[in-house]
Amino acid sequence: MSTSTAPRTASGDVAIRDRADVLRQVKTVVVLAIAALLVLLFALSVDDPKIYWTLEERARLDTRRTLNAHVVAWSAFGYLVVALVLAALNRIRRGWVAGLVFFGAGLAFYAGFLMWFFADQRELAGIGAISIVNPLPQTVLYATPLVLGALAGTLCERAGVVNIAIEGQFLMGAFFASVASSLAYSAEAGLLGGALAGVAVASLLACFAIKFHINQIVLGVVLIALCLGLTNFLLGQIPTARENPVLASYLNQPVTLDPIRIPVLADIPVLGPALFNQSLLAYLMYASVALVTWLLFQTRWGLRVRAVGEHPKAVDTVGINVARRRWSAVLLGGVFAGLGGAFFTVGSTGAFDQNPSNGQGFIALAAVIMGRWHPIGATAAATFFGFMLATRDQLSVLTKIDSELLSAAPYLATVIAVAGFVGRVRPPAASGEPYLKS
Amino acid sequence: MKLEIRGLTKRFGSFTANDGIDLTVEEGEIHCLLGENGAGKSTLMNMLYGLLEPTEGEILVDGEPVSFSSPGDAIDRGIGMVHQHFMLVPVFTVAENVALGREDVRGPGILDRRASARRVRELSEAYRLSVEPDAIVETLPVGVQQRVEILKALTREAKVLILDEPTAVLTPQETDELFAIMRRLKAEGTSIIFITHKLREVRAVADRISVIRRGKVVGTTSPQASEAELAELMVGRKVNLVVEKSEREAGAPVLSARDLVVVDPRGHQVVKGVSLDVRAGEVLCVAGVQGNGQTELVKSLLGLVRAEGGSITLAGEDITHDSPRARLERGIGYVPEDRSSDGFVGDFSIRDNLVLDLFRSEQFSRGPALALRAIADNAEARIEEFDIRTPSASTHVAALSGGNQQKVVVAREMSRPLTVLIAAQPTRGVDVGSIEFIHQRIIAERDQGVAVLIVSTELDEVYALADRIAVMYDGRVVDVVGPDTPREEIGLLMAGGRDSTDGQNDVEDIA
Amino acid sequence: MSEAAATVQEEEKQERSARLRDDIVTTMLAIVAALLIGAVLIAFSYERSLDSLSYVFSYPQDFFRHSGDAIWTSYEAMVKGSVGSISALSETLERAAPLICAGLGVALAFRAGLFNIGAQGQMIVAALAAGYVGWTWDLPVGLHLLVSIGAAVVVGGCYGGFVGALKARTGAHEVITTIMLNYIALLGILAFALLHPAFQRPGQTEPLSDRVADSAAYPVIGDLHLGILVALLAAALTWWILDRSTLGFQLKAVGSNPEAARTAGMSVPMAYTSAMVLAGVFSGLAATMLVNGDRFAISSTLFGTIGFDAITVALLGRGKPLGTVLAGLLFGALQVGGRAMEATSVGTSPDLAQVLQALIVLFVAAPALIAALTRRRRREPPPAFAAPSTQEEAA
Repeated sequence: MSTSTAPRTASGDVAIRDRADVLRQVKTVVVLAIAALLVLLFALSVDDPKIYWTLEERARLDTRRTLNAHVVAWSAFGYLVVALVLAALNRIRRGWVAGLVFFGAGLAFYAGFLMWFFADQRELAGIGAISIVNPLPQTVLYATPLVLGALAGTLCERAGVVNIAIEGQFLMGAFFASVASSLAYSAEAGLLGGALAGVAVASLLACFAIKFHINQIVLGVVLIALCLGLTNFLLGQIPTARENPVLASYLNQPVTLDPIRIPVLADIPVLGPALFNQSLLAYLMYASVALVTWLLFQTRWGLRVRAVGEHPKAVDTVGINVARRRWSAVLLGGVFAGLGGAFFTVGSTGAFDQNPSNGQGFIALAAVIMGRWHPIGATAAATFFGFMLATRDQLSVLTKIDSELLSAAPYLATVIAVAGFVGRVRPPAASGEPYLKS
Repeated sequence: MKLEIRGLTKRFGSFTANDGIDLTVEEGEIHCLLGENGAGKSTLMNMLYGLLEPTEGEILVDGEPVSFSSPGDAIDRGIGMVHQHFMLVPVFTVAENVALGREDVRGPGILDRRASARRVRELSEAYRLSVEPDAIVETLPVGVQQRVEILKALTREAKVLILDEPTAVLTPQETDELFAIMRRLKAEGTSIIFITHKLREVRAVADRISVIRRGKVVGTTSPQASEAELAELMVGRKVNLVVEKSEREAGAPVLSARDLVVVDPRGHQVVKGVSLDVRAGEVLCVAGVQGNGQTELVKSLLGLVRAEGGSITLAGEDITHDSPRARLERGIGYVPEDRSSDGFVGDFSIRDNLVLDLFRSEQFSRGPALALRAIADNAEARIEEFDIRTPSASTHVAALSGGNQQKVVVAREMSRPLTVLIAAQPTRGVDVGSIEFIHQRIIAERDQGVAVLIVSTELDEVYALADRIAVMYDGRVVDVVGPDTPREEIGLLMAGGRDSTDGQNDVEDIA
Repeated sequence: MSEAAATVQEEEKQERSARLRDDIVTTMLAIVAALLIGAVLIAFSYERSLDSLSYVFSYPQDFFRHSGDAIWTSYEAMVKGSVGSISALSETLERAAPLICAGLGVALAFRAGLFNIGAQGQMIVAALAAGYVGWTWDLPVGLHLLVSIGAAVVVGGCYGGFVGALKARTGAHEVITTIMLNYIALLGILAFALLHPAFQRPGQTEPLSDRVADSAAYPVIGDLHLGILVALLAAALTWWILDRSTLGFQLKAVGSNPEAARTAGMSVPMAYTSAMVLAGVFSGLAATMLVNGDRFAISSTLFGTIGFDAITVALLGRGKPLGTVLAGLLFGALQVGGRAMEATSVGTSPDLAQVLQALIVLFVAAPALIAALTRRRRREPPPAFAAPSTQEEAA
């Protein structure tokens, strides 16, 4: 009876190519083509190919070296063309090889762009700052709070609680880290204070989301408003140094964290100074990434937390308390978010000033989604942000690009990334849904 | 283990779901609980399993009163349950699902995945369940997922196993396989409570049968009782199991599909080159086990999922690239399979739901504004015509019973002139009275010359309605047969037993 | 039949009024609870009550007297400063007008199932458009204002609609894209424009815009510019869209159950896009109230937290136009009154207003909490807050 005439493959499928697969290939080709074209323009526009560079964080006239921009830009272009041809022939399939190829493409574009940006600066050559420096130490610095915040978001969402309030946790963490550090005259105490403040906000989140079933997005926004108002209000209660120097120093003159140089490891070229000459907070951040990944995927607690985030009723029916798992995940997330908040005071500038995190909690939230709710993915996304921020700083030495465009670039990049490459991703199935027993 | 229930009552507000239920399940007995949708079977079982707290009454295990405040308590007393909607985490492996709650751990709570997998493999072999521990649950056929659920109960040493509507998703062959497993468990002394509304199955496997109606046990009988007797007990009146249907000559093909291919979001082909013709004035039923591509086939006919290959024509015109709205406006009526997610907006009133796809028409709008008067009048008329039981037209549809919700959907789709009616599982989760009503309306549409396409997993429904039966298996129509084809033969087709396109397809999924 | 219909309608009316009564009671209780917590904060921020805390066990009455004084003075100032005089009242109304408009935008998107955090960004770009028309073009009085408003509305609508289109086409989550577009507007577009000759005030080096011409200003009665009237008209329009139009029918259907809406032939992408366009339009309108009514110039601090407050206004208003108006008025009063508190001898920080706002919304959003506090049983949570439930029908 069947009138089917279409050819079939061995598994019985009709031999036809899936649109999603075609779309993915088209997207790859288009992106690589644009990148290649831009790098070509960069390469062509370089007149004076002499560029100074150094592997250190800051450029000095005596240690900087030179390179030929033409060589770098044209090899970057060559790489992109090869990748483009491979993509056009559909030779780049999913998997880690493709990941490496794209990472390389990103690097090639970055290199080509830097060549254009720093070339033709003959008249400024005497200024040491006009050199390409190692962006990684700055990247790690900027990424520290973002990674910690993203870990908090990941933990919460894996347990089925949407945490928009990372920004609020940052604010409270920052404030109480400053207060604790000032009171105890110890930066480590500041970290503790920050973590506790993060947990306090988390417990509000957990209480209202898990116990009172409030829409969690609404709740997150309200908590941010509350934390913003509260920290501003509390800050207003602390006298300024001019009004009451004693009290001010007790409450908002924190001891900040110093970089700790780890011997041997810090001597690894390029990566060493970036990763192993950082403050205690950065080391805590590395440990947190490993800890969260291990907890979620290798332990009983993690299995249950993930199950609660996917199918709470299934968990309930095997006799596990859903609310308790959610509480524990949200509270643990609070520790990380609070530590992330501490970065903005004891981890960097010191005293708390109005709204120090300035929306970075939202970026951490974006990193959670871009990282597809996986701690490693979220870390990678947060690091990408840190890199964008570091690049912004690095490029601000020249006025080739408007500084406003530079400051907007990380956000623009997120929109492009979320719209172009992340798109419809699958969150934990029960994320955002309160669990009500029937 | 012997389980007794005495005077168990559960009230939700003013609604009494269970009213003084008495029931005794002996050790090593398969006790069938027979009842219509909404009779209160699931409420009763949820109380037995600690998911709901009884309002009154007691539960006794081996003569000892127990009270369960959570499923954990019930599990500890040896009660296991296989839920109608599986309680499996789709993205976890089989071993992880089975282990959840009773994980094998080393040291400070570190998962021992190897031990968990070993446990699954051992039990699976012991009960001949053939379940692979490392498979991801969402990739498994439903029959296997159900066996994973049974495994979950077995690892918790369940002495009383509750199976809630377990056969709804199975082929006749898989059902037989399940019955064999049930008998093996019974032989080892496990008591089984088997919940169903399918009379045939009850008589095949039960030791004793309790019939539940409107929250009360109305009788306990032996499997020797006739189907008609059981049906009458279950519904409370004589049931007309057949729809009256006159012979009718089918006209020309109205809706035609050629070589339709649908790919799911994970990139698997779920409809693999289906060709169908639905003719004017006939009912074509698509039979098949849940998950063999029927859902996607229907959605592609409506334009809700994209057809990656093939073409669809309606009355000779190509509609393959039309939007759902354009197709609806061409006269396709659609009763979706999952009514609460696709059929209506639960927060909307009945009034609004009755014009959900009609509100743009001249009758119900004036330019950019809604014609509220006409919408209200329409609601009064449809509620009357379709006997929708509701306090008022402004009641939210979510607050109605399943049967009345479905009547809202059916009323809406039939309140405009149709050329084709596509109805997927039109009576799933609907009470017997509403089933009869909906079936009559469908036949009435056919008699007016509408081409009707019904998708159903219930063979009873297929036989009641069909003029022709197309059987789907693994994304393909394996055969189209007449309505007098014997049950066994269709059962075999549904299991892919006779594949007309390539005979090499064996029943490996079921074994 | 007609009699039965009449009783049914009567019942409906009763049910609606009962729900309204519930909403009002909950909101009142939430306000009281927030004010109580605020009172504690005031007491502990007042120097003299803190001083008396050190000997609270020997002279407890001192602490309570000082605290009581502080609380009374602060709240009295807040009420007087917001509604106590004509000028206070008009300041409150001026403050409320943009909050209401932006809140309507958030509420409308909310009903379509979209969480619009982008009011701020939409306002920024709209304000630049309104301002540009306001100071460069030379048009007759009245027309100038209309054209300026029109420019704001169009640009705001485009900025909002972009988010909707992105969501519809690529599935990009609107929470992320709106947040990012806020930063792009603030750090990129606004910062760039304020230093650009087309926008910057001549002779200025600071990032401050030119001044809007008087011909493009909202008409004024006494101290009050008539932006509030526009806000009320916008609320009426929102009501009509949501409750009376086919467009609103689709928006609500898509917001409540996108799958069913799609199955019924509605275009979900269209609904998302039009909802966000409308949201941007209302944000744009809000921007004109600052640029053409209140301040007449744009600086980087002009917008403050208003985009964020708009969200809380919409939430407190339960996504309904009337509720949004009332919530906007309340928040306007709180903010204006908050500044009056600072001017008293107690000198309570105006940031308290923001804390109060957040607490009120928090308590309103938690009907279960209010019920627990007052042992009242609510029938159901208000629809705007009803979180999706995993509950299955108990049958």
